[in-house]
Amino acid sequence: MGKLTIGVFSSLVGSLSLDFAVKLSEAAIKKGHKVDFWVSGNATMLSKKGQRAFKDYSALEKKLQELFATGNFQATACEACAEARGYRKEDTMDGWKRHSMDWYLASCFSADKVLHIGGD
Amino acid sequence: MATKKFAFVVKSLPYKTEASRLALTHAIASQTVEIYLEDGDNVEPVLAFIGDGVLNCLRNQKAMNTYGVTSLEQHIKNSLLLDLKVLICKEDVEKFGISEDALIMDAEDIGGETRANIVAFSEIMKEMDSSNHLLFF
Repeated sequence: MGKLTIGVFSSLVGSLSLDFAVKLSEAAIKKGHKVDFWVSGNATMLSKKGQRAFKDYSALEKKLQELFATGNFQATACEACAEARGYRKEDTMDGWKRHSMDWYLASCFSADKVLHIGGD
Repeated sequence: MATKKFAFVVKSLPYKTEASRLALTHAIASQTVEIYLEDGDNVEPVLAFIGDGVLNCLRNQKAMNTYGVTSLEQHIKNSLLLDLKVLICKEDVEKFGISEDALIMDAEDIGGETRANIVAFSEIMKEMDSSNHLLFF
């Protein structure tokens, strides 16, 4: 069993990078791996709770809750990036952590593989 | 005890997106990563500007005056102040016709001693080859 760290920087609405990264996380967990998931920049919108699921837009809250329930998935949002966008701690979806960017680097340090998906 | 090398490779234009700013802030975060690591473990960051990314390194940026935000120049100088290795691709600088004196090569004005280096892309490739993880922005 290995550890995969995935960092994503693009937004949930307006890009399918987060959809891909969450699907990849699910596949890795099904194979028995652990996944650390980091969102920074516009990707922090993934951590915002209360998003309505329209058919025209990506909505990943249900899938994320399934991943959290496995116990092999942890997701962390960049605190400064979130605050800059008006996403407060109380707006954060259950299961998420918020840390500064050094958390991501520490996760990369102990990862077997890092997949870094840039933004925009 | 281990040190792992991370290459932060910036290929994005300045200010058009947040990408290059995030590259710099993540690279600078390597200075506090130890709080999450075991004693003796550490991260060695290398910051490399390639392609359009070399335009982040132009001097005399006026981001605070224009947009009211810190400039990427300030972040690059902070990186040098913290002794990060900063590499700027020689071929791409030449492609844009940029002279060395138009680039941020040092942070002497804020007390930094480390200088940026303009190097051939082959040197940047060597840095990437010797890195444990590549982070493209």
